[in-house]
This record gives sequence, structure tokens and C-alpha cells, in this order.
Amino acid sequence: MATAVTEEVVDYDEVLERYDPVMGLEVHVELNTATKMFCGCATEFGAEPNSQVCPVCLGLPGALPVVNDKAVESAIRIGLALNCEIATWCRFARKNYFYPDMPKNFQTSQYDEPIAFNGHLDVELEDGTTYRVEIERAHMEEDTGKSLHVGGSTGRIHGAEYSLVDYNRAGIPLIEIVTRPLTGAGGRAPEVAKAYVGALRELLRALGVSDVKMEQGSLRCDANVSLRPKVGDATSEEQAAVPLGTRTETKNVNSLRSVERAVRYEITRQAAILDKGGKITQETRHWHEDTGVTTSGREKSDAEDYRYFPEPDLVPVAPTRETVDALRRTLPEPPGERRRRLQADWGYSDLEMRDVMNAGAVELISETVAAGATPAGARKWWTGELARRANAEGRSVEDFGVTPTHIAELDGLVRDGRLNDSMARQVLEGVLAGEGTPTEVADARGLELVQDDGALEAAVDKVIEANADVAQKVRDGKVQAAGALIGQVMKEMRGQADAGKAREIILAKLTG
Amino acid sequence: MSALSRDDVAHLAGLARIDLSDAELDRMSGELGVILDSVAKVQEVAAGDIEPMSHPLPLTNVTRPDVVRPSLGAAAALAGAPQQDQQRFSVPRILAED
Repeated sequence: MATAVTEEVVDYDEVLERYDPVMGLEVHVELNTATKMFCGCATEFGAEPNSQVCPVCLGLPGALPVVNDKAVESAIRIGLALNCEIATWCRFARKNYFYPDMPKNFQTSQYDEPIAFNGHLDVELEDGTTYRVEIERAHMEEDTGKSLHVGGSTGRIHGAEYSLVDYNRAGIPLIEIVTRPLTGAGGRAPEVAKAYVGALRELLRALGVSDVKMEQGSLRCDANVSLRPKVGDATSEEQAAVPLGTRTETKNVNSLRSVERAVRYEITRQAAILDKGGKITQETRHWHEDTGVTTSGREKSDAEDYRYFPEPDLVPVAPTRETVDALRRTLPEPPGERRRRLQADWGYSDLEMRDVMNAGAVELISETVAAGATPAGARKWWTGELARRANAEGRSVEDFGVTPTHIAELDGLVRDGRLNDSMARQVLEGVLAGEGTPTEVADARGLELVQDDGALEAAVDKVIEANADVAQKVRDGKVQAAGALIGQVMKEMRGQADAGKAREIILAKLTG
Repeated sequence: MSALSRDDVAHLAGLARIDLSDAELDRMSGELGVILDSVAKVQEVAAGDIEPMSHPLPLTNVTRPDVVRPSLGAAAALAGAPQQDQQRFSVPRILAED
């Protein structure tokens, strides 16, 4: 636990009376290529330390990098999906710094010639309004190694006695997407930040270029925040003319919710400093998920301190017009449009659709419906039981090992009348426990509705006889009293009956 | 026309994690100044009609397919490490944050 100095903050609503927040967001996306950016090492997550390294990504003398063609393709597709212009000719550059996470002592990146630039992404906010995020650039680079800080009392870097470095991640293709300063959002800045990262994640997932798992670091967000005096409405011309304040950069904010919280916290912290006539230090700050605050990191280096220069070991990337056009034809339907189309196809209400999106289940439901489930059935499982569990366990629904095919099969078993709802839940338990497919679990656990109408009728007769008073009420026209009888019948059948059918038989016998 | 001051050299040495003595700083300012002046002379010759060049070869788009090739293996990768622990490279503690 870092010893976080508690800094003063100002009430958020009060900040907005005096200041106009401006953000800039940098998102790093790890591509899901099979190999690294400049060498053929595998990129599998969670492999044994230093098992996916070679002379190129270890920066051994004489090793020469060669660009991964798939990574360039993905970079161009991301650029196109973000409505960017694609460079006709661009180079890699060396970003020089000495830190053990990069054994070469430089990171191969792009500097003044990004592969994609001048784009935008329209982001839908909760209330249905749209905010246009201007994209300055998207450039190619490589990820760094992972350090484990050992010794000292805290495990964090201050007081650490030494660091253990694993270079498996060093050299994994990374696309850095940088926005222009986001102005005009006013008090909605934190919401815009969250919505942008969410929309970007959805877009990248639709493109199929990255796993976009924030908790595993394949999508990471750095949030630049600054305040300037408020002189008018956030979107007014007078406000736009006010120069930007000094910004801080909060690093590695690793969930959508944290993006919103970190931006909000930083706004309230900076306001407290400015209120006292203080100055904001331009620095990197660290977000602490547990305490909800940011703490000071290092002072930010000037770009010139990185002594960028064109990478001499890699020749320029010059995508032809034909290549770019061909890649443009591979772009998926924009997620916003697709969502509206699917909502109409599935017949979900706005509220239902929002639940589905909040559960991150649009793709899962789409695949489940494609596998034969009803839209209502697919939604019920993915946003109900599974989402509830994912939330409780802090995991993502995709990580449970339950597939759209499983859910479609489960939905089918219910529709065919083999399982009732409570049996289906038990079957899901079994699937989650790795006992097999829904049919296998149902077979193994002997879960099946009794199809034998004779057995059901016998049970109904028995229950009617034992509950003559209730039966009489139903006969007298109090149909809702049948509920008590259905419960008894289900009990008699040990839950292995179709409650709907039981109701039919009871009503037929008593009112028919 | 050397614009490189002693402070510039000290700053660069800091970025490069090179510890230079006062005498070395004096000497390096002079030597680096001469190098910069020489480069500046080349720039005089390279007028506006000559494209700046970063690569000697007229090649673009040299790529490789996204196909996994064998890595070194952790043992070989770590063989040259002065220190290692838990199959990782062990390096002295770092003062700056990452």
C-alpha cells in the first residue's frame, strides 16, 4: 500500500462554478497478433516469464527488427475506423530513455509521422446525446517489459531494493490513440471520458484487432486533465478562447469506472490547488483504485528529452492506395449503427438494451441468437444470472467458460419443455462447474420434466383432494387461488414438472 | 556556431545515465560542439532541392508474416544476465516511478 498523502479536494459541483475542465485521453491497445511487432516471438498472455523473448526484443547486439505485416494492417484498420487519414509514407522513430523495462534503451515508436491522423469518434452519452471526440493520431509502437518490484516494505517502487523484469510483453504491438483536447464537456467530462473509452473498446472488439481486456492490460488509458477559468457556457466561444491550464497525466487507469472516477478526482484536486493561488505541476500521477485518489509520480519529461530520431533499422511504411481501400472494405458495421439495428431485430426496449450493453453482452447475445436462442432467452441468461455472478466475482462474463452455444442449447431445452426454469438454473451451475454441455449436465444430473401426463394428472388429483377448500375457491371463480395448488403439485412432482402444464390441468379439472 | 552549452551536455549526460566529471564536461562540450559544427556545414550544402534522408536504401514496406518463430527459451535468454531471480532479470532498484 502506498502511503498516499491525502490532498485537499473541492466539491465537484463547486468546481464547475469556477472552472472549465479539459481532457486529453491516450489509449494504448495491445494488438492480438500471434507475434510481436518486430520479431516472431509469441504474444501469449500469462506465459512463463522470459519464455517469449529473442535477440530482437531483448535488444541484443546485432539483432535487427522486421515489421509484422498484420500489425500494420490492424493499425490502418483502426485508423480507418476512427475516420482518420492514413499516411502514404511514414517512419518509425526511436524514443530514447533508460529504464529496465526496455532492454534496448529505446522504445520503437512513431513520432511526427503517425500511420493515422485527424480522425474522430462519435460517442453516445447516457442521455442519448452524442459527443464528438477528435482524434489527433494513432501510431504504432511496441509494449515494454513487466517489472516486479521486490524488497522494501511496500512492494511499490519506492523502497524497492531490486526489480525483476519479464520481457515477454516487450515488443508486443501497441497502437497508441491520442485525442485532441476534449473541450466543451463541462461537468460531463468524466462521463465523456468513460463513454469514449467504452466506445473505443467496442469498436476495437468489432474490428477484432485486440482482446481489449482492461483488467489484463490489453487496453490501457492515460487521462490528461487540466482546468481553466470558467467564463461562460462550456461550449461558448468565450470559453473556447481561454488558454488551457497546466495538465497532469494520470497513468494506467484500468477499468471504465476508474476512468470516470480518476478524471473526476483530478478535477477536484486541481481546483483545490488553484483556489489557493497555487500552480499545477506538470507530472504523471498514479491512480489508486482502492482509495480513489491519484498520487504524484515523476515530473513529465519534455518530448525533446526522449531525443526521438528516425529508426535506422526499419524502412518506411508506405501503404498503397489499393491496400488502404482493400482494408477499408474489411471494416465492420460501426458499433453504434449495429447496436440500433440489433435492438430493433431483437425487439428490446431501450432499458433492456442498456442492461445488455452495461453487461458487455451485445456480442455474446448476437452469437447466442445466431446459435438458435430466442433474443429474450439470450438476454435473460447473459444479463441475469451470468452478469450477476461476473459482478460479484469481479470477472468478465466471457471468462466463465460458458459459450453462446451453451446458452442457446440451454434456451432450447427450456423451449422444448425438457427443463423448467429452476432446472435450467441447475444445469447452468453444472456447465459453470465444467461438467459439460447443457444436455450432458441435464442427463448426468437426471434433470428432465416429467412428460408423462398421467403422472401429472395423478398428482393434480391428489392435491385437489387434499386441498378441497382451495379447490372449491377455484371452482367458485377465484382463479388466482390455483397458484397454491400449482405449488403443491410441483412439490409432489419434486420440481420435475412444467408449471404451465400443471396449471392447465388444474383449471381444466376445476373450471372446465 | 555551436549552440551546445556545458549545461546542455550535463543534461544529456543525465538522460543517458552517464556520470561525467567537471573536466569531462568541459572536454565533451568542446568535442560535441565541433561535431555539431561539422554537421551544420553539411546542412549548408544540402539545399532545399535535396530531400532529407534517413535511410540509405530506397526500400519501403519490408515486412514479415505474422507467424510465430521459436524464441530463445528462458534459460538461454537469462544466461547472460548478471543476476536473475524467479526466471526474471534482476536489476538494481529504480528511483523513478514507472
